[in-house]
Amino acid sequence: MDQQICSVLENKPLTDSVWRMRLKADTASITAPGQFVNLKLDGLYLRRPISVCDWDEGSVTLIYKIVGKGTEAMSHLWGGQASVDVLLGLGNGYDLTKSGPSPLLIGGGVGVPPMYGLAKKLLAQGKDVTVILGFNTKDEIFCEEEFKALGAKVFVTTVDGSYGVKGFVTDVMKDLSYTYFYTCGPMPMFKAIEKTAVTGGQFSFEERMGCGFGACMGCTCKTKYGNKRICKDGPVLEREEIVW
Amino acid sequence: MVDTKVTLCGITLDNPVIPASGTFGFGQEFHRHYDINILGSFSFKGTTLHPRFGNPTPRIAECPGGMLNAVGLQNPGVDHVIAEELPALRKIFHKPVMANVSGFSVEEYVEVCRRLDQEDGIGWLEVNVSCPNVHGGGMSFGTCPEAAAEVTRAVKAVTTKPVIIKLSPNVTDIVSIAKACEDAGADGVSLINTLLGMRIDLKTRKPVLANTTGGYSGPGVFPVAVRMVYQVSQAVSIPVVGMGGVTTAEDVIEMMLAGATAVEVGAANLVNPYACAMIIEDLPQVMEKYSIDRLNEIIGAAHKAN
Repeated sequence: MDQQICSVLENKPLTDSVWRMRLKADTASITAPGQFVNLKLDGLYLRRPISVCDWDEGSVTLIYKIVGKGTEAMSHLWGGQASVDVLLGLGNGYDLTKSGPSPLLIGGGVGVPPMYGLAKKLLAQGKDVTVILGFNTKDEIFCEEEFKALGAKVFVTTVDGSYGVKGFVTDVMKDLSYTYFYTCGPMPMFKAIEKTAVTGGQFSFEERMGCGFGACMGCTCKTKYGNKRICKDGPVLEREEIVW
Repeated sequence: MVDTKVTLCGITLDNPVIPASGTFGFGQEFHRHYDINILGSFSFKGTTLHPRFGNPTPRIAECPGGMLNAVGLQNPGVDHVIAEELPALRKIFHKPVMANVSGFSVEEYVEVCRRLDQEDGIGWLEVNVSCPNVHGGGMSFGTCPEAAAEVTRAVKAVTTKPVIIKLSPNVTDIVSIAKACEDAGADGVSLINTLLGMRIDLKTRKPVLANTTGGYSGPGVFPVAVRMVYQVSQAVSIPVVGMGGVTTAEDVIEMMLAGATAVEVGAANLVNPYACAMIIEDLPQVMEKYSIDRLNEIIGAAHKAN
């Protein structure tokens, strides 16, 4: 973990409610895709945890959906002018060593962003990466072209059928062959994936957090291997340890 | 050169700053970021006889001026604390630590204190009779003078270490409870634990916390804490450890002027992991600004008698 005051390089909407923010930061403390940062925002007491979408040596990219006061405040940070107090390099992130040659990445809604950094790393290792991006409707879709530009095979599903495959991510997943899976998204999607998956995999969970670095026990969950703090021992848990 | 030393129940601290129980774990998460030996001491995670998972999540909610928590005393149990946490703690922290103890019966408080009494490195037992987030224990002892006194007497009988009773603000008259603890042999009292509160989600129309209610902490409770420390410290002759919303070196000094001998810092650690390090760094210059040479000389300076 590392605390920095980061200037906002870019902050703009991708859809009606999803925004992309790029922060100037020394990213040495970010060690794996699936980790998160924790932002201190004006007028709010607790920091707000946001998953890392992508990073390079000098910047970190976050994609976030405006769902409450915290993400609303984030959208008011002006690119090029504002700065924000950030804790970087939080959480365990995804374990890439288990992917096998053809991993499947599944992002649902605002769970899509961490899949981008993960796809990038896996592709750099020469893996055959397939991505399923699940949304409710066409207007909510973001990042499809970015995943394609990386060189991943990309499927998009929409619940209402307004774009791509009509239905849920599992409607695509059930017909694919893959060596391992990685996912981030809402709990109903997780439960459907758990029923559909035929390999091991990793799920990234979210929970309301106090600190984000393991001190307060605010986000503890039960696993088959004992209690785990989503912020510190997670947010990524292995399929085999999850208590559904 | 200003003097930040204070003496709490016969043990001298380099400074009065003590991270509060439940916000500092067993020190490991913070030691990665600064040398926690700069602290006066710290109060470790509230420990019960048996392991506790605590409450379901969500356990945390945002509030104006702070936060709600309903962790519910999640801890690995006293035997695990003794076998695993304390040996690891001794490697990184070389000062007396404050052992925070909780229970659901007088017998449980006694047994946890008895076991911890044998352990090296523990300076004080801070006995929490004020947790608002568990049912049938914790706060039920701290909301009644007789029950608080009973826990105090029972615990004092099994330990030679100083016993500090941690008090609840969720009472009609905190002074009478503090006095009952003093009369029962307490070596000190610490206050305030969190204020009972709740939030409701406008979208779901349901409480945000799975436990419905939780404890409010953060800068918003600071004036309540200062008032209670001011009242209690004038009514008892044992030391008072002040806490509740302390965020800055100025807050530490204000709490001491109100009558605190030492000061615990809670929620601030969660928002800024370096909060206590910054307070300790700032203390000498803030003391100079207010013409304070020795911190132990300002304890209770705001009292009417002074």
